[in-house]
Amino acid sequence: MSALVLEDLCKSFGGLRVTRNVNLVVAPGERRLIIGPNGAGKTTLFNQITGDIRSNSGTIRLFGRDITRIPARQRAHLGMARTFQIITLFPRDTLIRNVMLALLGLSPLRWNPFADLDRRRDLRERALAALARVGLDRLAERALSETSYGERRRVEIAMALAQEPKVLLLDEPLAGLSLEERREMSTLLAALPRDVTVVMIEHDMDVALEFADRITVLHFGEVIVEGTRAEVVADARTREVYLGA
Amino acid sequence: MPPGAVRALCLGAALAVLAALPWWMANPYYVNIASQILFWAVFALALNVLVGYAGLTSLGHAGLFGMAGYTAGLMLAAGAGHAAAIVAALLATLATTAIFALLALRATGIGFLMITLALGQILWGIAYRWASLTNGDNGVKLADRPAPLGLHLSSPDAFYLATFAVFLLCLASMRLFVRSPFGASVRGTRDQPRRMRTLGYNVWLVRFLAFLFSGFWTGVAGLLFVYYNQFISPQVVALQTSAEVLLMVISGGVGTLFGPVAGAAIVVVMKNVASAYVERWNMVLGIIFVLIIVFMPEGLVPGAARLVRRGYRGLRAGSGPAAAEAAASPGTAGR
Repeated sequence: MSALVLEDLCKSFGGLRVTRNVNLVVAPGERRLIIGPNGAGKTTLFNQITGDIRSNSGTIRLFGRDITRIPARQRAHLGMARTFQIITLFPRDTLIRNVMLALLGLSPLRWNPFADLDRRRDLRERALAALARVGLDRLAERALSETSYGERRRVEIAMALAQEPKVLLLDEPLAGLSLEERREMSTLLAALPRDVTVVMIEHDMDVALEFADRITVLHFGEVIVEGTRAEVVADARTREVYLGA
Repeated sequence: MPPGAVRALCLGAALAVLAALPWWMANPYYVNIASQILFWAVFALALNVLVGYAGLTSLGHAGLFGMAGYTAGLMLAAGAGHAAAIVAALLATLATTAIFALLALRATGIGFLMITLALGQILWGIAYRWASLTNGDNGVKLADRPAPLGLHLSSPDAFYLATFAVFLLCLASMRLFVRSPFGASVRGTRDQPRRMRTLGYNVWLVRFLAFLFSGFWTGVAGLLFVYYNQFISPQVVALQTSAEVLLMVISGGVGTLFGPVAGAAIVVVMKNVASAYVERWNMVLGIIFVLIIVFMPEGLVPGAARLVRRGYRGLRAGSGPAAAEAAASPGTAGR
């Protein structure tokens, strides 16, 4: 069974058709890269997959289950996690608190008005472990507002990983990072276990091409090329719209 | 001594002084003012749940406050006992809160503010115009205060102690709420609602429950108010009351445990004490608010804490104002 299937997915904003009949089949454990020029509809497609915006038509299946009409919050409970292209974290909290909120999101404890959150050692330890996976456990008690941009990118990943998703959607995880930070991030991404299916939007071709099993090229909301790394890079249409040759 | 222990000690001492107030304050006039501060503080703490922690600014809370007071007053006038009147008042307030929340939570920000404002004004209209039910402008009188556990609350001292007990319960429940996972969920929906949704939270339901929690303590405050005055009139339900409580929360410190308490104290003291000396006490209150916003935009309690921290650091760095300034400057630069 496929991890993620999109069938004829469409989204329009007014008269602007942002995604048009997108079809996508991602196998379990696969690393799928979605590329395309600015405005191709990549982030809109992500928002449709996670339920942030409702699709006009088409179907989304997660491990065979139709989730098209299921709200975003329930998709998280079904094993979907994402990071945001524009960093979306809790600036007043510490790093560990950020990750603890991610853990709480899937736990019935989030409704509990009587427990003392700081004393939930189980939760703290799991949050610390997630921070350790991205190399930030040393900074666990630091306020998010006192961290660097690159560190925040990694907190985004830690929060997604903490939820132990089956399908992980990464929206430009390398955007705005320095050369060295990119290297660290690509090591981190390469170390993700194969029981997680990863769909990634990325512009950094050096890292992204190496990471991907298969690549989908989106242009004006349509899938124009799909295939393995070699196939897509060799395709004339890819060069035309994206690689700019 | 660790700073946490110092704080706990100071808080314990302050609460002990407050608990003993009837024994060191001979003048019943001031005991009554202390009671007023405490039930307005309960109201401000209740509003702070929404304004401070959920990031939803309501201008309709006077409606909920009045709902509790009117329900209790009308029940008592109809011959019900105090226990029945209190329970009915809290249930009626919770039900009204639920309706408020259902309608207002379709929006956030200004939209939320305007919907709550409108809903509050509807309740004011009912209190003012539906005279056959509410006795209109003449208001509702209460013949008597209750006597829980055989202690009659008719004296200022007894009423103060009962109010203090309720205030303590409210403060404890707020502290529990702030530190709980649910409190963290509520603050999360304030800071990043979209992210919270992707993390699996039902943002609407989190806000709805926060609204109910806020409404419950607003109802409790309304009951204390109506028993204190033994009278309630439409004026209490008007927008002015909602705005005043909002000012208490903002001037004291939004999203802090003690800010709303400090805000309530300032407003009540100004109303009662300053008005004895200055005819235009409202203007004095206005000037105080302006000064707070200019010099401590985060509110009185966080602002004062900032100054104390600065002074403390100065003391440790050495004596004299020059050393204090030098010690404080890196902290300010980091902000």
